[in-house]
Amino acid sequence: MLVKEFKEKTGFEVMATPKALEKEISGVFVGDLLSWVMGHSKPGQVWVTVQTHLNIVAVCALKDLSALVIASSAQVPKETLDKAMEEDIAVFMTDLSAYEVAKKAAELGC
Amino acid sequence: MFDQHYFVIKDDYANAGKVSTNIKTLLKQLGVDSNILRRIAVACYEAEINMIIHSYGGEIILTILDEGYVNLMFHDHGPGIEDIEKAMTPGYSTASKSAREFGFGAGMGLPNIKRMSDTFDLTTSTSGTRLKIGFKI
Repeated sequence: MLVKEFKEKTGFEVMATPKALEKEISGVFVGDLLSWVMGHSKPGQVWVTVQTHLNIVAVCALKDLSALVIASSAQVPKETLDKAMEEDIAVFMTDLSAYEVAKKAAELGC
Repeated sequence: MFDQHYFVIKDDYANAGKVSTNIKTLLKQLGVDSNILRRIAVACYEAEINMIIHSYGGEIILTILDEGYVNLMFHDHGPGIEDIEKAMTPGYSTASKSAREFGFGAGMGLPNIKRMSDTFDLTTSTSGTRLKIGFKI
């Protein structure tokens, strides 16, 4: 599934560049400890987290993750969004919990 | 042989990962295989973060050797690692409360670096820590 299809099917609020929407999603990874995500996520996964600090963008870019989903209405600072746009990483925002996001993604076949 | 120097500043969370991203971009342009590239990126990021969180700052030196090897040297100005054995234990962390709030301090940094690299050499004293890691490309 492409990021743009994930956008259409979930209806989550999103900020993304056109390039970010064309990435292929290979699965989902849930986690809030950056080193854990660095060590265990796989390229192409969508990362679901409540972390919103600028560094999540670096982790995404370095691990070639396909997109970010910020769960539980965690507020994303402008600098994080700006950096994500610079790196062509889509940032989804939702009031669903990480569990509910993962459940929804699984239902969509991610 | 080619080398490049980068500087890392203590507590500079806003730029954390910048050096690793630059190095990844450079190596990608040189055609390094994407799986090896990700291993280098993960190890470099963890070590860069360690310097920001734990050290007084320092320098990262990237060396690309003609015989197909990438070396990364992380050299900081102290205060050193008190107990290397503990620091190498997955889950053990001395990160501050503020660092943990940002999602750092999982205690996976050094174990991740060792797991990702082909060679790993760590020496420390109160005047500084030197970490040298290598990757066959």
